[in-house]
Amino acid sequence: INHIVHNGGLYKRPFNEAFEETPMLVAVLTYVGYGVLTLFGYLRDFMRQWKIEKCQNATERDEQKDFVPLYQDFENFYNRNLYMRIRDSWNRPICSVPGAKVDMMERVSHDYNWTFTYTGRVIKGIINMGSYNYLGFAQKEGTCQEAAAKVLSQYGAGVCSTRQEMGNLDKHEELEKLVARFLGVESAMTYGMGFATNSMNIPALVGKGCLILSDELNHASLVLGARLSGATIRIFKHNNMQSLEKLLKDAIVHGQPRTRRPWKKILILVEGIYSMEGSIVRLPEVVALKKKYKSYLYLDEAHSIGALGPSGRGVVDYFGLNPEDVDVMMGTFTKSFGAAGGYIGGKKELIDYLRTYSHSAVYATSMSPPVVEQIITSMKCIMGEDGTTVGKARVQQLAENTRYFRRRLKEMGFIIYGNEDSPVVPLMLYMPAKIGAFGREMLKRNIGVVVVGFPATPIIESRARFCLSAAHTKEMLDTALKEINEVGDLLQLKYSRHRLVPLLDRPFDETTYEETED
Amino acid sequence: QEKEELIEEWQPEPLVPPIPKDHPALNYNIVSGPPSHIITVNGKKCINFASFNFLGLLDNEKVKSAAQASLKKYGVGTCGPRGFYGTFDVHLELEERLAKFMRTEEAIIYSYGFATIASAIPAYSKRGDIVFVDEAACFAIQKGLQASRSNIKLFKHNDMTDLERLLKEQETEDQKNPRKARVTRRFIVVEGLYMNTGDVCPLPELIKMKYKYKVRIFLEESLSFGVLGEHGRGITEHFGINIDDIDLISANMENSLASIGGFCCGRSFIIDHQRLSGQGYCFSASLPPLLAAAAIEALNIMEDNPDIFQTLRAKCERIHKALQGISGLKVVGESFSPALHLQLEESCGSRENDVKLLKRVVDYCVNSGVALTQARYLEKEEKCLPPPSIRVVITVEQTEQELDKAASLLKEAAQSVLN
Repeated sequence: INHIVHNGGLYKRPFNEAFEETPMLVAVLTYVGYGVLTLFGYLRDFMRQWKIEKCQNATERDEQKDFVPLYQDFENFYNRNLYMRIRDSWNRPICSVPGAKVDMMERVSHDYNWTFTYTGRVIKGIINMGSYNYLGFAQKEGTCQEAAAKVLSQYGAGVCSTRQEMGNLDKHEELEKLVARFLGVESAMTYGMGFATNSMNIPALVGKGCLILSDELNHASLVLGARLSGATIRIFKHNNMQSLEKLLKDAIVHGQPRTRRPWKKILILVEGIYSMEGSIVRLPEVVALKKKYKSYLYLDEAHSIGALGPSGRGVVDYFGLNPEDVDVMMGTFTKSFGAAGGYIGGKKELIDYLRTYSHSAVYATSMSPPVVEQIITSMKCIMGEDGTTVGKARVQQLAENTRYFRRRLKEMGFIIYGNEDSPVVPLMLYMPAKIGAFGREMLKRNIGVVVVGFPATPIIESRARFCLSAAHTKEMLDTALKEINEVGDLLQLKYSRHRLVPLLDRPFDETTYEETED
Repeated sequence: QEKEELIEEWQPEPLVPPIPKDHPALNYNIVSGPPSHIITVNGKKCINFASFNFLGLLDNEKVKSAAQASLKKYGVGTCGPRGFYGTFDVHLELEERLAKFMRTEEAIIYSYGFATIASAIPAYSKRGDIVFVDEAACFAIQKGLQASRSNIKLFKHNDMTDLERLLKEQETEDQKNPRKARVTRRFIVVEGLYMNTGDVCPLPELIKMKYKYKVRIFLEESLSFGVLGEHGRGITEHFGINIDDIDLISANMENSLASIGGFCCGRSFIIDHQRLSGQGYCFSASLPPLLAAAAIEALNIMEDNPDIFQTLRAKCERIHKALQGISGLKVVGESFSPALHLQLEESCGSRENDVKLLKRVVDYCVNSGVALTQARYLEKEEKCLPPPSIRVVITVEQTEQELDKAASLLKEAAQSVLN
């Protein structure tokens, strides 16, 4: 049973999001699995300490042996004993453009993943379901690459100065005007790194005496930015609007914790698509709440810009809302535009303020010119301003791929989290052994997937995450689906019992909020 | 019912305060074309004395063609963090080359210079640890320290007696509570060549203190990498110190290497930890391959022409001497430092007025063909705000006539504006 929210007609299309509950047996077996691994971990540590087994990780210098130890032993327990066993699923080196198919350098380990050696062979033509290449702009030929090559030969690769000093090129001004037009806002500003955009601008916007309401599953950059700002942080349950409303009411009625003075500002931090869950933020409801309680909204569209919406303008376009309702629209260029960097868009006063007070404008180097050109060309392509319909076709292809892939996986019986329209597809694995096994089996069949476990996800909810791309053709998706089916039968991953829990029926308990004051 | 009223009445502050149109930091200089040796600022062609392009590699044809080749092979972006198919063979090659060049075991690359030291410090230093940091440390270090939540103890700039006093105080604290002292890590964070003052840190004395008080040293070499030392290896080569004595060296590739990003190098024991706990490494997309290829080519050029470092130092000495004796402005920085500051000898009362005065000097110079800029800071956020100054950057591409022209122009400007 899928849940369709009506809520006074705020939603113009059905919002189908579901998180199937973990089957009880699977949860128990997962805990048992971790227990066994922990026991073995203690045993191996014991053997290493008593020199029965050789210690293979790097150690401190002899001259510094009497210094205070740099790492506490238990901090690295997880690293040494659990992560090391399946380390080959991550940091896989590739040597071609990260498009729909990729070439990977083969590496083997003769000592159980402590060290890797490269055989020199290259595995060609692996179907890439791991790179964030939503619209397929990671290409090594085409208009974008040619334009970037021209700019590279004219401007060079680096900039060697900050925005406020001598690093503001005419290309940056052009890009900012284009981004503002793309998003439908008054003005925009761009930065060299998406992570840094959050961690350097949130402190410029809020400070002590302000309140930040942040979603449970926000990205590390948002959490770091919120912490560095010095404001009070309260966390609401993931995508849960009652939780958010309760926090807003309490905040305005009770004021600051000790002094009872009213808050200076309230900022709500949400993301467009959450990359580990595949869920889309309930933006119409958030905007309604924000207007009712007079707070400000900061939307991080790292994954949703370009990937959602009939014309690719992100989650605001997807819901058909007015971009002016979102106070701060932030996003990154790494995912859908095939470049690097981040942007913030909003009203002119906001952007003028950021130009003067953003940490990045004063102390960090500006974006590299060929990267800027790549963004300009790809953005024009998506908007259709380059005279072709390639952009629109890609956006539609991505939407079709998403629906097809999710439908087929659900039919096969896997547990898939998230919204039906999100191109990020998490497939639940749960058990620690299956994390490594899934990654390796899929690689044997020439499909590259991303597996994630603790600490990026809760400890029993490890998953494999597929990122769909407009560059994936139907044949590639069919091949991938066939292999996933095989591996799913082999590893017994088809947990789903088609019992989808409607969202509002989940028990809503009293929100406990964490306050952090630096 | 009361609650409804409270909600109605509450008025938040505006999201951002309005900025006056003539705020000095609001109107950026627009550079049309590449920011290389001859730069077009706001429509005027000038000689570039403001970009940190120390070795002149921004315009180098070999670097550009290496980047072009990489662009043709990999496209522009990497579409993923290092852990998820974002590790390219160029990244691995660059890390190996940097480690070999600096003669350490391992190196790790970040995609943004600011994020390098700001992610490295919180990876090792946590709540309860103690960090002794110089007052004049740059903003990125300050942000890294803030993110780490450790106890920060500032010592006066380059003052070893002050540092020794703080270390002794810490020692007496430790004797009172030996159990806590056994698990509290201590670090000293210094820069090789300070961005805010142009001085070098006294590294040999710091090493002595390291072993005496059992503190680890983190060295930030953004300005000194590719500048100091016989082969450009930085301040450790300059003073002839064994590189293993320094626990972590962090530098950004945006100055001498004319690329984007940063790196940390050191022993594997230390660097490997950042691969899982450096926030700017794990949670952010990797460096675009064309920039990594540009950095590799720049390293090649540095290794093949070791005499450019001597040339650069000679030019710095020359202009340092030429700028002495300008009435009204004093030179701040070592004689071999390629990034100097020119501060007002006497302040005219408020920081705002000083800034306006210096702006007139800078405008005079830009109008006559020498591009300079004021050093920019976030006034409310810096721990120890340096006084307003003009930043003068010397690159290896500037000829002796150009250096002399710049010096005489500054003399003229100071005369006309300040007198």
